[in-house]
Amino acid sequence: MKISEHWLRELVDPELSTAQLSDLLTFGGVEVEAIDPAAPPFDRVVVAEVLSVEKHPQADRLNVCQVNAGTAPLTIVCGAPKVRAGMRVPAALPGARLPGMEIKLAKVRGIESGGMLCSARELGLSEDAEGLLELPADAVIGMSVRDLLDLDDQVLTTKPTPNRGDCLSVLGMAREVAALSGAALKWTEPQALAPQIEDRVDVTVDARADCPLYSARIIRGINAAAATPGWMVRRLARGGIRAISAVVDVTNYVLLEMGQPLHAFDASRVDGGICVRRARSGETLVLLNGTMLELDSRHLIIADARQPLALAGIMGGESSGVTRDTQDIILESAFFVPEIIAGKTRELGFGSDSAYRFERGVDFAGTRSAMERASQLILQICGGRAGPVVGVSADLPARPPVKLRLARAGRILGFPVDAASAMSILGRLGCRPVLAGDTVEASPPSYRFDIGIEEDLIEELARVTGYDRIPAKSPVAPAALLPVREMARGPMSIRRILAALDYQEVVTYSFVDRSWEKDLCGNPEPVALANPIASQMSVMRSSLIGGLIDAVVFNASRKQGRVRLFEVGRCFLNLPGYPQPMRVAAVAFGEAQPRQWGSAARSADFFDLKADLEALLQPAVASFVPASHPALHPGKSARVVMEGEDIGWIGELHPRWQRKYDLPAAPVLFEIEWGAVEKRYLPACGEVPRFPAIRRDLAAEFEEKVRFGDIREALEQSGLTILRDVTVFDLYRGEGVQKGKKSLAFSVLLQDTHKTLTDAEAEKAMTKLRQILQEKFNAKLR
Amino acid sequence: MQELDKLVAEAMALFGGIDDADALEQAKARYVGKSGALTELLKGLGKLPAAERPAAGARINVAKQQLEDALNARREFIAARELEARLAGESIDVTLPGRGTGMGGLHPVSRTMERIELLFRSIGFEVADGPEIETDFYNFTALNQPENHPARSMHDTFYLADGRHLLRTHTSPIQIRYMEQRQPPIRIIAPGRVYRVDSDATHSPMFHQVEGLWIDESVSFANLKGVLVDFFQRFFENPELKLRFRPSFFPFTEPSAEIDMSFGEGWLEVGGCGMVHPNVLRNVGIDSERYQGFAFGLGPDRLTMLRYGVKDLRLFYENDLRFLKQFV
Repeated sequence: MKISEHWLRELVDPELSTAQLSDLLTFGGVEVEAIDPAAPPFDRVVVAEVLSVEKHPQADRLNVCQVNAGTAPLTIVCGAPKVRAGMRVPAALPGARLPGMEIKLAKVRGIESGGMLCSARELGLSEDAEGLLELPADAVIGMSVRDLLDLDDQVLTTKPTPNRGDCLSVLGMAREVAALSGAALKWTEPQALAPQIEDRVDVTVDARADCPLYSARIIRGINAAAATPGWMVRRLARGGIRAISAVVDVTNYVLLEMGQPLHAFDASRVDGGICVRRARSGETLVLLNGTMLELDSRHLIIADARQPLALAGIMGGESSGVTRDTQDIILESAFFVPEIIAGKTRELGFGSDSAYRFERGVDFAGTRSAMERASQLILQICGGRAGPVVGVSADLPARPPVKLRLARAGRILGFPVDAASAMSILGRLGCRPVLAGDTVEASPPSYRFDIGIEEDLIEELARVTGYDRIPAKSPVAPAALLPVREMARGPMSIRRILAALDYQEVVTYSFVDRSWEKDLCGNPEPVALANPIASQMSVMRSSLIGGLIDAVVFNASRKQGRVRLFEVGRCFLNLPGYPQPMRVAAVAFGEAQPRQWGSAARSADFFDLKADLEALLQPAVASFVPASHPALHPGKSARVVMEGEDIGWIGELHPRWQRKYDLPAAPVLFEIEWGAVEKRYLPACGEVPRFPAIRRDLAAEFEEKVRFGDIREALEQSGLTILRDVTVFDLYRGEGVQKGKKSLAFSVLLQDTHKTLTDAEAEKAMTKLRQILQEKFNAKLR
Repeated sequence: MQELDKLVAEAMALFGGIDDADALEQAKARYVGKSGALTELLKGLGKLPAAERPAAGARINVAKQQLEDALNARREFIAARELEARLAGESIDVTLPGRGTGMGGLHPVSRTMERIELLFRSIGFEVADGPEIETDFYNFTALNQPENHPARSMHDTFYLADGRHLLRTHTSPIQIRYMEQRQPPIRIIAPGRVYRVDSDATHSPMFHQVEGLWIDESVSFANLKGVLVDFFQRFFENPELKLRFRPSFFPFTEPSAEIDMSFGEGWLEVGGCGMVHPNVLRNVGIDSERYQGFAFGLGPDRLTMLRYGVKDLRLFYENDLRFLKQFV
């Protein structure tokens, strides 16, 4: 909320500079976000009367004016077309510094000009106003324009928290300043106006729970076209409200001043009495902003005998609004409970100053005086005669006393709270505290909707005392050790393993392009957002692959030839309860190793990535089952299986997507469930074999389709207890090997736990293994 | 026997001039070989009278030993010279870069998260976790923000198309989920991603938060200040760092505060905190008369920016390697 500092100081004027006042509020709980001057700096600009206007002899568009600026008459050359004798305007005298210019005595086409007559734009008061700024006819000649227009004011932009609806007015802010500073509040309640006419508004309130207090009065014979006084226009403008017409301006002025939203109806357009009720479905209402609403029983409305007139507490209707021709008005001042207004502006898609205040709580004790204040101002500005106020009231919000135990306050805040300061603070806040032993009973004022429990009072004590005066103390707690799980690795150690394997961590958005889900996950129905920020961020990822590929594309397009990335994050599955598994994924694109001397460059392939994945999973061992995945090359992809469970995927990006994303080479990637990576076994120490092992080599030719995994499995199931390990050390195709076949060379480790193996025993075992290769895989031994 | 002395002198001079191992062995043969000069002298001993033989033999043996010593010395000398020459030939350019694979790195925000976790673990905080797709109940209602509460407009929430779920707007729902399962004392931090409908140079629709929660019998607002001042000073390794607590409002804490950190000449907002609202404790079945405590929410992205001088928040989510590699 924006408010004029001068206006605020009219109501409370502590001996504080603007900056100190701002700090008082900010550290008292109502943040002042900005302090802006009401006008840019300028000086030596005074009220002047134009005495005469003559055409400039040498310039068609210029006039030579004789001007009275309170001293000897001045001759000023003026380019404004609408300058006329008798008007009062700002004159910048020689030496004046205006925003962006300095005024000097100067000849303008041969005639010496003793200053400049100014527009609002030249004074920096307005962006668009062209033409001279006409001042009131009674402005004192020679007076500083800054004083006349109160331009040395500051605009405070405050940001009251949602619980402090009471701070959304000048009066409310003044109360707050008075409570925080101890300065006196200078506010006199507006006096009730003696009715000048008998006419009464016929008011019925059907929805008493929604509207416990409704008051209205008729004012007849006003001049709705009367000009709003300059001081009011200025205060409205500094409050961020544009002047519209006198009656509306008055209601807005009282809104800013007292925080009470008011509404004025054109009485001639109200048919019969006024009824406050829930709308009936089928009813419609066109609001002042042109929105046409289909109403139902959730809407509280002000209606006449025929139709809805206004959306209560939110916005008036177009048909019953005050115009320049309005003669009679019905002025409304009411209290609508926060619950009936709350959430409505979000539904509507627009807000209003009125709704903003009602949903935060408007002072129901001020409803009547705001009515009187507005009536007085209308009569003052527009004339007219006011009728009696008709009020209908029901149960207003209760403000039961709240108990504050001083000991508890001390325990929560961490320092002793004494009775005297608690009494003083709560007294200044208008809570009428009563001390009984070590308990204070406080009765919150009507305008405080946020004090209902003991903690609310403790908060008041804390903020008025000042958070900076609460000591900072280290807590004391039993020095118990935290559990340290050895069977699970923490996220950070997993990140560090991947970093050590030459992958850079990235963080990609959890919301992705719908096409990634379709292309890369074969997921036509991802979890969708109702209000995405952009179409390419409209669905939740079900895999980390899309984000990683996108990051590869981003970097590849920036001349990065080698991109190795990983991400740890949640994926979101469109299943009942929205499972959100944590996963880890990595991608390698470009050369297997950084380009370097003494090592031939080659692209990272499936097996490079597989080695990294195996290193990551260690000591657990996964198996790899050929399978196809929408993102991956069907011949170069596998499901990763551990202890019989699928834990993820590994493979090379499908050439289709490589082409679509315009990548010069196919990245290889894996994506694994977090749980599988996290799991770690507690080492169980066995005996170190004491007898030497024998290593033998074995080479054979196989059909292409024979897989190493199957060979190893068959060898392991040979029943040979001395077989320790089988590894591949060569894979060869080409010269010397039949076409369509491949040659594999294995290294076999044999060892007995009880004795040293003899050559004969080793040879017997090798014979058995060769036999298996021949029988099961039709291998041609070499 | 003058002949013997002459012989020794001659041989020593010869050995001393030889630089080659083979030549040395050939030269050796001329003196102590099968038909070497000394060997011949020894053979000639038999011709001497028996009384002279021992003395002559001893002299010859001394001479022989002298030659052996000289030979050995020369052998070592030659071997050392050869080794030197070989090593000189084997020398490499040690300024060439090392070979092998490279080293990746952590995302800068992960570095910060790790530091935050380490610091809080050091005073007994455990790490908790929770889902990112949340229900209205955990994100708002259980945190004392009933439907239509004006405070809900402080968070621009992403909703799912089903209308019943949302992306968590803060890590505070983890408080609720954790407290539902356990009774105090509770001391946790909960890091994670959060989401709000907001995007510009200082706001990302996805960012990180770390929630902190300490509930026990007498954990006070003064303790909250103590823990946070300690944390920020340790995190930035700056014992001079100042914190400022500004009264604020969060529905789930009371009293509530915004945390400002001294930075250069001014202050920067780095988080929010407060004493857990009794309604929140009651919502999870904790006796709010017996237990009390504080909660805080920190912005690791902001802390990372301050710690490493990152100017634009969006860099964290752009994943440009040229940016990320600076944090390896």
